[in-house]
Amino acid sequence: MTAMLNVKDLRAYYGHVQALYGLNFALDEGSLTTLLGANGAGKTTTLRAICNMVRSTGAIEFEGQALNNRSTENIVRLGIAHVPQGRGTFTTMTVEENLQLGAITRKDSAGIVADIERMYHHFPVLKQRHTQQAGTLSGGEQQMLAVARALMLRPRLMLLDEPSFGLAPLIVRDLFKILGKINREDKVTILVVEQNAQLALELADQAYVIETGRIVMAGPAKDVANNEDVRKSYLGY
Amino acid sequence: MSAVEEVVTEHPAVEAVPKRAMTLGYGTSLVVLALLVITPMFVKNFIIFQMTMLLIYGTAVLALNILTGGSGQFSLGQSAFYAIGAYTSAILMEQYNVNYALTLPIAGILCFAAGFLFGQPALRLSGVYLALATFALATAMPQLLKLGFFEKWTGGVQGLVVTKPDAPFGLPMSQDMWLYYFTLVITIAIYIFSVNLLRSRSGRAFMAIRDNEIAASAMGIDVALYKTLAFGVSAGITGVAGGLGAIAVQFVAPDSYTITLAISLFLGMVVGGVGWLPGSIVGAAFIIFVPNIAEGVSKGLSGAVFGVLLFLVIFLVPHGARQVALVGQQLASKFRKN
Amino acid sequence: MELFTNQILAGISTGAIYACMALAVVMIYQAIDHLNFAQGEMAMFSTFVSWQLMQWGVPYWGAFLITLAFSFAGGIAIERLLFKPLAKAPILTNVAGFIALFSIINSCAGLIWDFTIKQYPTPFGSSPFLGSQLISTHQAGMIGVTVLLLIGLYFFFQYTRVGLAMRAAASLPESARLVGINTSWMIALGWGMAAAIGSIAGMLIAPVVFLEPNMMGGVLIYGFAAAVLGGLTSPFGAVIGGFLVGIFENLAGTYIPGVGNELKLPIALALIITVLVVKPAGLFGRPIVKRV
Repeated sequence: MTAMLNVKDLRAYYGHVQALYGLNFALDEGSLTTLLGANGAGKTTTLRAICNMVRSTGAIEFEGQALNNRSTENIVRLGIAHVPQGRGTFTTMTVEENLQLGAITRKDSAGIVADIERMYHHFPVLKQRHTQQAGTLSGGEQQMLAVARALMLRPRLMLLDEPSFGLAPLIVRDLFKILGKINREDKVTILVVEQNAQLALELADQAYVIETGRIVMAGPAKDVANNEDVRKSYLGY
Repeated sequence: MSAVEEVVTEHPAVEAVPKRAMTLGYGTSLVVLALLVITPMFVKNFIIFQMTMLLIYGTAVLALNILTGGSGQFSLGQSAFYAIGAYTSAILMEQYNVNYALTLPIAGILCFAAGFLFGQPALRLSGVYLALATFALATAMPQLLKLGFFEKWTGGVQGLVVTKPDAPFGLPMSQDMWLYYFTLVITIAIYIFSVNLLRSRSGRAFMAIRDNEIAASAMGIDVALYKTLAFGVSAGITGVAGGLGAIAVQFVAPDSYTITLAISLFLGMVVGGVGWLPGSIVGAAFIIFVPNIAEGVSKGLSGAVFGVLLFLVIFLVPHGARQVALVGQQLASKFRKN
Repeated sequence: MELFTNQILAGISTGAIYACMALAVVMIYQAIDHLNFAQGEMAMFSTFVSWQLMQWGVPYWGAFLITLAFSFAGGIAIERLLFKPLAKAPILTNVAGFIALFSIINSCAGLIWDFTIKQYPTPFGSSPFLGSQLISTHQAGMIGVTVLLLIGLYFFFQYTRVGLAMRAAASLPESARLVGINTSWMIALGWGMAAAIGSIAGMLIAPVVFLEPNMMGGVLIYGFAAAVLGGLTSPFGAVIGGFLVGIFENLAGTYIPGVGNELKLPIALALIITVLVVKPAGLFGRPIVKRV
C-alpha cells in the first residue's frame, strides 16, 4: 500500500522554542494510526505542523503533493480534515450550521444535504439537537459534532487531536467505535493523537510513540501495546 | 438573541515588553543624556524651545506608555489631563502669583486625583469601550474650559497668557535655555521614577493586569486599586507635562487641548514602541516634526503626506522605535562577539 | 408634553443617520474585531464621488449604484494594500493605521473638492412626510433604507453560504480555516461590505448635513457610540442604538441647561458609557464570558 502521508525530518518551532526534532513517519492509505505521548511531547504540534498552523521545516507530502507552502485552508481543501484540541466548534452557531460549515468548500448542495442526513444517522443525538446552539451541547456531544463536521468535508485523511479529552470513558468508547466504523466503511485514513493509550491502541492498526519531540517507537499497535516500556509508562501496568 | 454566551480566551490586547528590554542600556543612556545636556549650548533659542517641547511631549507620551503599555488600559483622553495641568499652572501663576516651579507639583497632584477619580467608573470598561469613554473626556474638555461659569479663571475662549520665568540667581542664560534645563531635570526625574515604578511590585501588578486581568485578580492583586492607580499616575505625569507646556508656550487656550492632541500622543506612543519608555521621546519627535515636514512637502495635502509617512513607519517598524533598538542591540552584540 | 414627543420624533429622524453609520461600524467590527476610525472618511469620500458623478450628468440612481460598486471595491483594495500587511502587527499599530488612513482621505477630499459646503440631492424629496411637520419624506426615506439594509444583512448572514462563512471566520478564525475558509479574504469582504454600507450612509446623510470633507466627524462618533450601545455583535442593536443616540442627543440639548451644541456630544457619550457600565455588552450584544 502506498503511503498517503509522508513526513520527513519535521522540525517545528514556537517562536524560538523548538518543539519537534526531526520526525519521520508515514501513514498508509486506509490505515488507522495513533500517535501516543505524554503532555507536552509534541503530539498536537505534529498535527498542527501537518496543517501548517505552526512554523516548521521538513518535507510533508500528502498523496504526492507537498504541503509545505500551502495555507491551512488550502491544505484542508486537499482533503485533510483536522479536529483540533478543544474541538473548535462554532459555539454560537447551531448544530446544523456547524455541519454546513464542514461542507462549506463543497459545491454539490444535494450531496451536502445527503451527507448531513448521514451524520444524523451516525450520531442520532445531533439530529435531536440540530437547531440548538452548539455551545449548549455537552462535551461528548460537541466531540461528536466536531467529528461529524470534519466528515462533512468528505476527507481522505482525518486528524484528531485528543478526542477523548474531558469525556467520560463510556462516551469515549462509543466515539472510538464510530471512528473505527468510519475508517472501515467510509475508507477514511485516520491519525488519532491521544493520551488515553489503552483505547487508542485497541482501535488502531499502527502506533507511534513520541517523547519530547522525537519518535521513540513505531510499529503495529498490538506490538506497541505489548511492549514493556510502553506498558509501564503509558498503560500503567 | 441567543442564550449562549460567547466564551473568549482573551489574548492581551497590549503585548508585553520583556523587562530586560524596557530601558536603554547604560552606555546608550549616557550618550543620550550627554546629547541632551550639551546640544542647547550650541543652538539658537528657537531650537532650544523645540527641544523643550520635545521633552514635554515625551513626558506626556511616557505617561501614556505607563497606562497602556504598563497596565494595558487604552486612553484617548490624555489631552484632558494635559489641559488641566496647563490651566492649573497658568491660573496659579497669573492669578495667584505662585512661583512657576511650585505650580508643577500642584498640577501633578491635582491631575493624579482627577485621573484616579476617572479611573473609577472606567474600571468596568476595557478595550474599545474604554477608548470611547476616554474619547468622551477628551472632547468634553475644551468645551468645559469654554464654559461661561469658569470664565473668570480660565479666560474663556481666549485663554490666558503666561509669563515665562527668567533664569534664577541671575544666571547668564536665556529664558529658553533655563526653561530647557529645568524641564530636562524634571523629565529625567520622571523617567527614573517611571522606570522604577514599572520594576516595582506595583509595576508588576500593572503588567499582570495587562496580560491577564482575571488571572491577576485570582492571584490576589487588587485590580481596582492598581487600575485606578495607573490612571492616576499617568494623569499626574501628564499634568506636570501640561504645566511645563503652558510655561514654555506662554499661553493656554481651550482649543489647544482638543482630541487632536490626544490622538497625537497616542500615535507618539505607537511610533515610539508601546511599553518602551525610552521610545517616548522618539514618538514625541515624530508628532512634533513630521507634521511640519508634511506641510513642507505639500501645503494642500499635508494631512495625506502625514498619513503616508505614518504608514511607512508602521509598515517598516510595526512595533515602533523599540524594534529599531532591538535590531541595533542584536547587531551590537554580534559585533562584540566578533 | 408635545415638546417632548416632538424631540423624540426629531431624535428618531436624526437617529436614522447614526443607525445607518452604526450598521457599517458593526459590519467592520464583525469582520476585524475592531473599530475603523477612518470609516467616516471613507463614507464621505464615496459621497463626494457620487456627487462628482452627478455633476458630470449621471442621474441619481446611476451615480448611487456606481458609487456603491466603487466603495465596495475601494474597501477591499484598502484592506489588501494597507491592512493585510499589518495583520500580524499589534492592535494599537493597526489603530495608528486607521488614523493615518483618516488623515489621507480627509486631506485628499479637501484638495480635490475643497472645503466649501455643497448641496446634495435626495431621491425622496423634502416635503413633510404624510403631512406631519416633524418628519420629512427624506428622513422617512432614511429610516426606510436603514431598515431595508438591516433586513438585507440579516438574510445575508443567516441564509447565504458566504454569510455563514463570514460569521465563522469572525467567530473562530482558526476553526474557520480548518473547514477550508480563506479567512483573509473574509476580512477583505467585510471591509468591502462595510465601505459600501458606509457609502449609503454618507449619501443619505449628505442632504441633511451638507457635503463637505469634515461632515462625518461627529456622525462617526455617534455611529460608534450607537453601535457600542446596541452591542457590537448585533446589527439590530446598532440600528436601535442609532435611534436611541439620536433621541438622547436631542433630549440632552433640550432639557439639560447650559448644554449648547458643543456639549451634546460628551453628554451623549457619557450617557452611553453609563449604560455600558450596567450592561457591558451593550443592550443587544451577546454577553461575553472571559476565560483565563
